[in-house]
Amino acid sequence: MSTDFTKLFELIVAASLINNFVFTRFLGLCIFFGVSRRMETAVGMSITFTSVMMISAALSWLIFQYVMVPLDITFLKIIVFIGIVAGFVQASDTVMRKVSPGLYHKLGIYLALISTNCIILAVPLINAGEHYSFIESLAFAFGSGLGFALALIIMASIREKIELADVPAPFKGTPIAFIVTGLIALAFAGFSGLIKL
Amino acid sequence: MVEIHKFISDVTGLFQLVDVLHFIIPQAGVGGGVEAKEHVALLPLIKYTLLFLAGVGTVFGIALAITAKKFAVKIDPRVEKVLDNLAHAHCGACGFAGCEQYAEAVIHHADVPPNLCTPGGAKTAEAVAAITGKKAVTREPNYARIICKGGWSKAAKKFRYEGVRDCRAAMLAGGGDKACVYGCLGYGTCSRVCPFGAITMTEDHLPHVDIKKCTGCRKCEAACPRHVIKVLPASRQVLVTCNSKDKGVETKKNCQVGCIGCGICVKVCPFEAPSLANNLSIINIDKCKVCGLCVTKCPTGAISDFIPSRQKAFIKDNCIGCRICTKVCPVNAPSGELKKMHSIDQTRCIGCGICTAKCPVSAIDGTFNASAILSEAAKKKVKAA
Repeated sequence: MSTDFTKLFELIVAASLINNFVFTRFLGLCIFFGVSRRMETAVGMSITFTSVMMISAALSWLIFQYVMVPLDITFLKIIVFIGIVAGFVQASDTVMRKVSPGLYHKLGIYLALISTNCIILAVPLINAGEHYSFIESLAFAFGSGLGFALALIIMASIREKIELADVPAPFKGTPIAFIVTGLIALAFAGFSGLIKL
Repeated sequence: MVEIHKFISDVTGLFQLVDVLHFIIPQAGVGGGVEAKEHVALLPLIKYTLLFLAGVGTVFGIALAITAKKFAVKIDPRVEKVLDNLAHAHCGACGFAGCEQYAEAVIHHADVPPNLCTPGGAKTAEAVAAITGKKAVTREPNYARIICKGGWSKAAKKFRYEGVRDCRAAMLAGGGDKACVYGCLGYGTCSRVCPFGAITMTEDHLPHVDIKKCTGCRKCEAACPRHVIKVLPASRQVLVTCNSKDKGVETKKNCQVGCIGCGICVKVCPFEAPSLANNLSIINIDKCKVCGLCVTKCPTGAISDFIPSRQKAFIKDNCIGCRICTKVCPVNAPSGELKKMHSIDQTRCIGCGICTAKCPVSAIDGTFNASAILSEAAKKKVKAA
C-alpha cells in the first residue's frame, strides 16, 4: 500500500468541491437539469450514478492499462470507454431486474439515463490522461459521484422552493434553473485554487 | 484529352512528393497521457486496433447475451393487457406503489380483487376481471369531501398574507392566515394538484368538488396541508363539515359556520349517529341513514347535506294504512287513520327518505332514494311471481 492517503483525500475533495463536475467543468448538465426537479429523484440518481461511476472507472482503468497501453492503441479510448459503460449499464440493468426487483423499480429508470451522462466518459478519460493508479482512479470516481450528488441535492432543494415562488412567466421552469445553476457555479468558483489538480 | 491526362499525372505526382501516410492518416498515440512518437508502426497498429475492437465487441456481445439469457425475467403478457386497461393516474388509490405493481399483483395473486382501480371505474374493473378471470363487484365510488365551509366571507383572518397564493406556502408563514387553525386556507393547492380537474375554487375561496369528475384518487387529501379533505364513500352524503376542536366560544369568534359543539345534532338524530368529542361533532357513518334532519337543526349550519336536492315525499294509491310511516318520521309529517289512506304534510316533510325505506308496500315516492327502493321492490315482485 504505497498510496498516500492524503493524496486520495485530496483527489476526493478536488473532484467533489474544487473542480465539481457540474459547477466548474459544466459536464452532465442535461441529466442534472432533468433529475433535479424533485428531491427523491435527485437522491436516487446520485446513488445510482456513484455506484455505476466507480465500477466503470475500475473497468476502464483495467482495460486501458493492461490492454490498450501495451498494444499502443490508446487513441481508441473514447470509443472503448463509452462501449464499456454502455455494456456494463445494460448488463447491470438485466441482472438487477432479476436479482432485486424492488431496487430495480426504485432506481432502474436512472440506469439508462446514466449512459448519456458526459461525466461517465470524462472521469475515465481524466484517469487515463493523468496516469492515476487503480486506487486513485477509484477515489477520483468516488469524488466525482459525491460532487454530482452534492450538485443534485442542492439544486433539488432550491427548485422545490422555486416551484412555489412568484417567478416571472418567461423564466418559469428551466430558465430560472439555469440562472440558479450559474449563481451556484459562481459560488463554487470560490473554491478554486485550494488544491492544484 | 491530353489536358486531362496531364492534370491527372500532375495530381498523382503531387501526391508522390508528399509523404501521404503522415498527413492523411492522423498521428496515432499522441495526446491524452501517451507521449508522441517519432515514427508509428502502422501495420501492427491497424492489426491491433481491428483485433482489439473486434475482440471487445465479441466479448461484450457474448457476455450480454449470456446475462440476458441467465437473468431473464418472464413477463406474463397478461400484465401488459391489464396495464392497457388501467387509468394510469399513478395515484396509489389501489394501495400499490404504481400501476405496474397493481397489474402484476392482480395477475399473480389470487386474492387481489380486480376492482381496485378507482379512477378507472366500472369499465376498468370489468376489463381486468375479464382478463384475470376474477369476479368484478362494483365498488362504491369514493369522493373527496371538503370538511370546511369557512370561506373568506364567513371566517376571520389573523393577519393579511401577501405571499405566494399556495396553501402549503401560506402554512410556512406563521401557520396560515386564518384565525381558525383547523380550517381551509383557500389558496387552491388542491385544485392545482387534482389530475382530473375536479376541484375548482369558488368566489368565496372554498374548494368545490365536482363529483362527476372526482375518482377518489386521494391526491388532494395528501396535498392539503390542513388535512381538510377527506375521501369517503359516495353514499356518505351528510357530514359535519368542520374540523374545529376549539371551544364553542372560540369557534364562534373565528367562523360563522363552525361547529360549536352544542350537541343539538346528537339529541335530534333518530339513529344516534352523531357524537361529540373535543368540541366537535362527528357523524358515525355506519349509523347515519342520510336523513338530513341534523342539517336542518344545526344552529350554525356546520353540517352539510351533499344530496343535491331533497324532494318531499308523497303517498301513492296503494297505501294500506299501517301507520308505520307515522312512527318512523322524525318530523311527524305523515298523518292518517288506521287502515285509511295516509297523506304527508308537505310543509313539514324534509325529504329524509326514511318513510320511503320503511313502507312495507312501497307506497311512498318522491324522495331521493325512492327510485332505488321502488326498483328493488319491482325486482322482488318479478322474482316472487
